[in-house]
Amino acid sequence: MQQMPHPRALPPTIDATVELLAAADYLADRSLGTVLFLALRMGRPLFLEGEAGVGKTEIAKVLSTTLGRRLIRLQCYEGLDVAAAVYEWNYAAQMIAIRVAEAEGAHDRERLEHDVFSERFLIKRPLLQALEADPAGAPVLLIDELDRADEAFEAFLLEVLADFQVTIPELGTVKAPHAPVVVITSNRTREIHDALKRRCLYHWVGYPTADRELKIVRAKVPGIAKTLSEQVVLFVQALRKEDLFKAPGVAETLDWASALTELDVMALDPGTVSDTLGVLLKYQDDIARLEGSKAKELIDQVRAQLRAAE
Amino acid sequence: MSEQGGQLADNIVHFARALRGAGIPVGPGAVLDALAAVQTAGIGTREDLYWVLHAVLVKRHEHSILFDQAFRIFFRRRGGIDKLLSAMLPSAPPPENEKPPPGAQRVQEALLASRGEPERKPPELETDARLTVSDREVLQRKDFAQMTASEIAAAKEAIKRLVLSLDEVKTRRLTPHRHGHVIDIRRTFRASLKAGGAVIDLKYLGPRSKAPPLVALLDISGSMSQYTRLFLHFLHAVTDARKRVHTFLFGTRLTNVTRALKAKDPDESLAAVAASVPDWSGGTRIATSLHTFNKLWARRVLTQGAIVLLITDGLERDPDDRLAFEIDRLHRSCRLLIWLNPLLRFSGFEAKAKGIRAMVPHVDQLRPIHNLDSMAELVRALSADGGRSGNPKAWLEKAA
Repeated sequence: MQQMPHPRALPPTIDATVELLAAADYLADRSLGTVLFLALRMGRPLFLEGEAGVGKTEIAKVLSTTLGRRLIRLQCYEGLDVAAAVYEWNYAAQMIAIRVAEAEGAHDRERLEHDVFSERFLIKRPLLQALEADPAGAPVLLIDELDRADEAFEAFLLEVLADFQVTIPELGTVKAPHAPVVVITSNRTREIHDALKRRCLYHWVGYPTADRELKIVRAKVPGIAKTLSEQVVLFVQALRKEDLFKAPGVAETLDWASALTELDVMALDPGTVSDTLGVLLKYQDDIARLEGSKAKELIDQVRAQLRAAE
Repeated sequence: MSEQGGQLADNIVHFARALRGAGIPVGPGAVLDALAAVQTAGIGTREDLYWVLHAVLVKRHEHSILFDQAFRIFFRRRGGIDKLLSAMLPSAPPPENEKPPPGAQRVQEALLASRGEPERKPPELETDARLTVSDREVLQRKDFAQMTASEIAAAKEAIKRLVLSLDEVKTRRLTPHRHGHVIDIRRTFRASLKAGGAVIDLKYLGPRSKAPPLVALLDISGSMSQYTRLFLHFLHAVTDARKRVHTFLFGTRLTNVTRALKAKDPDESLAAVAASVPDWSGGTRIATSLHTFNKLWARRVLTQGAIVLLITDGLERDPDDRLAFEIDRLHRSCRLLIWLNPLLRFSGFEAKAKGIRAMVPHVDQLRPIHNLDSMAELVRALSADGGRSGNPKAWLEKAA
């Protein structure tokens, strides 16, 4: 998917950081720009927490394209262990090596063990790959949805994040020549331990303001009509104020905007809203709340707001 | 330049201290980070300073509000530190008669070495009128009697015997296992190398099991107040004994006291709990509290097969349809919902109250308790095989 990237220098100021993201259609507010700038300058991991669908993972992807760095992604899941995250020995190749050594008549056990546990037989997994030198500059390491991994894995990350090194018992310690850009995301399905957070810069990614969300929609859904985009954004913003079990994120807004564009809708009406509500809300209770007069009420509110703005 | 830098450094150190006073854990490492961050960013505007410090000093979303207030007060006026500290400390006026420090009773016991049970003062209630929000809600502070050494020992002993039903979940993490189902190539290979590579003796991995998270929702309303101390002590001991225990208290509002219960000393811990909860012994709004829990906390603490322990008498202040809806949602988001109801110990109890009838169909187990004076009884009632069967339907049939 990615071509050979061109390395670029880190942004020198906070403004430059915000512009850098904007160049790839990621419209960040100043607080995110600041924390990202600091993470890049200070070489610290960035810990992003927030509801699903507010663009946490996207930040790492955008960073990798705009900075021209390689993106290494580690998706977390329960039971994730060192063999899947850091390294594994290539056992089949080791077996063959031993057989060959035997056939050649080598019987020095020390020597054999030393040969077999060398870098040649090492399979590198994402964390180890991220610590390697790269001509394009240190890679962007995305540790996605850390809350899905269990505590044991979290404890293991402490060494990696504090010193950017891992210890392989048979080989020794591998240390990164340049610290990778680390982005950790969490949906907060459980609390991450303070010890890990302490090593990172923390940022809560919230829902965007109406202004910014409108810019995001127009950047990401190019063909959208002006009125429709305004109505969609104001409707979603109003929806977030309702007492819902799961409020729609930016990802849902974008999905909805594209869905409505596909359906050639020019302006919102109650019928279309209730037909397409499944794009926006993912819980039956929430959808039931919006059925009937509630959707119409919100649309009227949005229309009144737009009239007042003119 | 260096002098100015020095002044800013001083200010940041003072600011960090103020934050600490306000309850945000800011370690010395974070202060050094803040200084480095401010130098790196080259602060131009007030907003930049705000976000730079926010980036480094705030590690939890809920601390954002505290930080915001602290920043406003601190950087508006010079010398505002004392004011800030006094404004943000949880308890404003010092108490009239000095409270004994945590553990004082135990020290006294040890020194006097008397045989008899020391006289225990009943829990004190002290109404705090300043915090009254609405006429329906009575906000009160609570002072628990201190623990005796024998109570603490008995609690530790009792907790060891606590075995809840379904108290083991298989995780997806593997561990060396004699009769496992996955070949552990790594260990197999190492073992065969030891024998010179000639013999390959297969080693196996099997799933590791561990205790699931335990989430306790404890009712602290007036009708439950006589049992609160025992339950809190129980929850403190459980928090100490096993990993991943979360405790929430509710009366008219929901409070997360997990952190407070993590203090090692039970007196200190209960005092911290008492200080963090504003609605002791008031009314009960079970539906509202459960709604808050479902919305804000369920997705954060009910993962990996959590067991929920709901301790309430079920006497809802304003029972309506919402209660059934919320308890149903709670039931569907956890693996096991155990309701411990102290009312069940009265032999004439029937599930007649509207709130109780709404809740019973949605719990997995409804556990009675005969004697609420000791931890051992409480543990026995909660344990899988202890007490009578926890079938909630039996109670509904009895009432019908």
